[in-house]
Amino acid sequence: MATQAPPASDTPHTDAPDAIVVRFAGDSGDGMQLTGGQFTLSTALAGNDLATFPDFPAEIRAPQGTLFGVSAFQINFGSRQINTAGDAPDVLVAMNPAALKVNLPALKPGGLVIVDTGEFTKRNLDKAKYDASPLDDDTLAPFDVLAFDISARTLEAVEPFGLGKKDGLRCKNMWTLGLALWMFDRPRQPLHDWLNKKFAKAPDIAAANIAALDAGHAYGETAELSGPLKQVNLPPVPSEPGLYRTITGAEAVSLGLVAGGQLAELPIFFGGYPITPASAILHHLARLKEFGVTTFQAEDEIAAVCAAIGASYAGQLGVTSSSGPGIALKTEALGLGIMTELPLVVVNSQRGGPSTGLPTKTEQSDLYQAVYGRNGDAPMPVIAARSPGDAFEVAIEACRIAVQYMTPVMLLTDGYIANAAEPWKVPDPASFEPFPAKFLEEPRGDVLEPYKRNEKGSRPWIKPGTPGMMHRIGGIEKDATTGNISYDPANHQLMTDTRRDKIANIPVPDQEVAFGETTGKLAVVGWGSTYGPIKQAVRRSIEKGCSVSHIHVRHIWPLPANLGELLSGFERVLVPEMNTGQFKTVLRDQLLVDAESLTKTSGQPFQIAELEDAICAYFDDVVGNEGGEVAANEQQLPSPVESE
Amino acid sequence: MNAPVKIETTLKDWETDQEVRWCPGCGDYAILKAVQRTLPQLGSDPANTVFISGIGCSSRFPYYIESYGFHTIHGRAPAVATGVKLANPDLDVWLVTGDGDGLSIGGNHMMHVLRRNVNMQIMLFNNEIYGLTKGQYSPTSREGTRSPTSPIGSVDHPANPCAFALGSGARFVGRGIDVSKNLPDVLKAAHAHQGAAFVEIFQNCIVYNKDVFDAFAAPKGAEGQQLWLADGEPMLFDKGTKGLAFDADKLHFTVVDVVAKEDGTPDWQSAGVRVHDVKNRVMAHLLAELPFGTFPMPLGVLYDDPAATYESAVIAEREASVSGKEPNLAKLLSGGQTWTVDGSAQDPV
Repeated sequence: MATQAPPASDTPHTDAPDAIVVRFAGDSGDGMQLTGGQFTLSTALAGNDLATFPDFPAEIRAPQGTLFGVSAFQINFGSRQINTAGDAPDVLVAMNPAALKVNLPALKPGGLVIVDTGEFTKRNLDKAKYDASPLDDDTLAPFDVLAFDISARTLEAVEPFGLGKKDGLRCKNMWTLGLALWMFDRPRQPLHDWLNKKFAKAPDIAAANIAALDAGHAYGETAELSGPLKQVNLPPVPSEPGLYRTITGAEAVSLGLVAGGQLAELPIFFGGYPITPASAILHHLARLKEFGVTTFQAEDEIAAVCAAIGASYAGQLGVTSSSGPGIALKTEALGLGIMTELPLVVVNSQRGGPSTGLPTKTEQSDLYQAVYGRNGDAPMPVIAARSPGDAFEVAIEACRIAVQYMTPVMLLTDGYIANAAEPWKVPDPASFEPFPAKFLEEPRGDVLEPYKRNEKGSRPWIKPGTPGMMHRIGGIEKDATTGNISYDPANHQLMTDTRRDKIANIPVPDQEVAFGETTGKLAVVGWGSTYGPIKQAVRRSIEKGCSVSHIHVRHIWPLPANLGELLSGFERVLVPEMNTGQFKTVLRDQLLVDAESLTKTSGQPFQIAELEDAICAYFDDVVGNEGGEVAANEQQLPSPVESE
Repeated sequence: MNAPVKIETTLKDWETDQEVRWCPGCGDYAILKAVQRTLPQLGSDPANTVFISGIGCSSRFPYYIESYGFHTIHGRAPAVATGVKLANPDLDVWLVTGDGDGLSIGGNHMMHVLRRNVNMQIMLFNNEIYGLTKGQYSPTSREGTRSPTSPIGSVDHPANPCAFALGSGARFVGRGIDVSKNLPDVLKAAHAHQGAAFVEIFQNCIVYNKDVFDAFAAPKGAEGQQLWLADGEPMLFDKGTKGLAFDADKLHFTVVDVVAKEDGTPDWQSAGVRVHDVKNRVMAHLLAELPFGTFPMPLGVLYDDPAATYESAVIAEREASVSGKEPNLAKLLSGGQTWTVDGSAQDPV
């Protein structure tokens, strides 16, 4: 559980905790993502801070009732600031035996498990590979159990609407949501409104879903009298005043690109090809044409980036987006973008790799690909978003660097950031400094010099169609000023150095400490979506008296100029990341710092407790940490409990 | 899109100061001159013209034309050109590619630029060989082609560029020969066509595949081996003494002899010679696949039947979805369900 770590024997739902983790799990056809999404919205509207973690299978409709077809949605919400989707759930809602089997190992001891007994048939138990019903043996002994026939109660509730059994059972997720709304004292009205709108053309379906929702809610009141169910009221989180909404990383990237285009005073051209988990950005932008956005669904990843380069060449801001395998395909074209020095934003929503890997799971293993992964000396700025909301600002930053430095820029997010939602304080667009693009429209002097640089080291952007400025560019090495083909050895040396220096000298903001003191014993250095768990783990460790600080790096390449000096103020440097130690390598290479690795590649985000344990090992002298032992340099977290 | 403004230029205006680096005698020189002769006739504006190429001998072309030029990467020129046209549909785009660049590594992009019908001229220089990498067989090389990678003869079945283009949905398919005086006419027809206009140009690689097209391209006997197609005109060749008739029952062409009328003009009607209709897609397929040897090589405009261009459809869709909408960023950012936290709150943990 994600609070200040009460002993495991506490039953969270009877206390008044300040945060709760709930996981809804069911068949991939049970509508769990929808249930989770709507519960998230209700929670946000109730003023709790929250973070979510959708965890769904790669199969769209996996065979019903199977272990690999289980879809889950976890939400951590509370009356204090929430940075992660939470570790172990306090409450698990399991819609069938397979969902119970897959998710039970994660449930906190003493947690509450709600099961639909209507689905615990012999057939479903077989599919979930249960020899005997877990409801009948001691499988659930460590937990509070609320087991009843949700299927039957749903059918009762929707009976007046004349739905068949199959359609009636589809309202089960709304029944469950109704119960969850009662448990956490959430208003039902927004859900009623939403259902009426969603099923405006089928009022019977809307009414049946509302009836199911209300019935689930009513059941809570009744069940409280006798069972383990207790209503919990989490007061709103105190947060910075302002207007809030929930946002996913994919939405935030899309909005950031639109804002970036406006700040650059350029139309956005987005070339994409469907790939999990990056497609959502293409989906969002396809609906924003009124903001001067052109979306192009290309025939493949290569065409997507090449069309974006073509659009940049013609004077728009080209953007392309993908996940690791697609970025790999784009690689040669990224070299062309670097060679021809055209602006381009490349978004990588990372997923588990290599190859197809784990398409729906999260990982940070494309960092080498982003920083080093091209033929030739092909430097490219790399920046990383740390959370869904942060992705907005980072997308703007990517546009700015691309336009001002005439270069492709890699923006790293990951599957977790792309899909997860968090409350987001709506920014004022006027608070961002504009960076209008400038095109060269007349020769500077007698000769046209398309590669003559300005004080930033950037070459001029000359749009085709400009009279008197005809010139040729391409992937062959170019003369340092005219841009004509040049095989001259000295020129290639000069151009290689120039391209390197242009990127290396991009000024990036000084690195700040995210949490803790600016010097101390241990610096925990993260990047990307590990921000939440690292921050919470460091906060807890500091409360225990550990001299530890959290540093979270946005600018991966080039690194902030002061980072080396900042890290030298710490005795040890620990780098947790969801790969085998890639950022650690970059830090060692660039800063000669003795960075140590803590890695995890299970497709799941770090848990706070895992990081806390790793941090504690450095503080043998701190009360409560005696006997701690710092692991070897390359520390890899053990594999999670096998769920199947 | 604005109507293009016609500009007066001469051949010289389209020459760059760059040294042309093709092998002496290469067919590319003839194509370059044909294009440089054609552009003034079209009234093209160098500032509004963009030559985009991939990789290979043919793809050096942009460096030698005094206009905007983008020498991209192997096979991807159609994708880059699509981005250019979507960003600025007013630009006059010429795509330069070869049989390896356009049909092997870039075959996928070629298919999609044709079926989307992006408005540009596509010149595919077909020399049935990889020149720049020193003579390996290409996707259009005939079976049995001996090359460094096929020392005892290639076994691949060759692709037919015009048939490929038609199969991909091209609305204009033309054919020319590097040294032919008719090439500028084919290029002009391609330019006049609104949409993706595909032109296969037989190009003589004098180093690695010398005279491979001699059976129909050699000046001697060319009349008997070249069928120059013209819309609304009978399919005559060999100085009007032969023609193509069509057997509607068996769905194939036959070569027929044509006798002259009293006034000396060929009496093609009596011989049943078919009249070429550039809008007949089925005939275009048959002509593209006509086996050379039994038949002459069909050249000129095989097919020309314009349809809405991709960029015009994209613009129309954008205009339709934009109409009545205000691009208000602040409103967009605060979209969906929102809530307000008032100023009384304390700092978060």
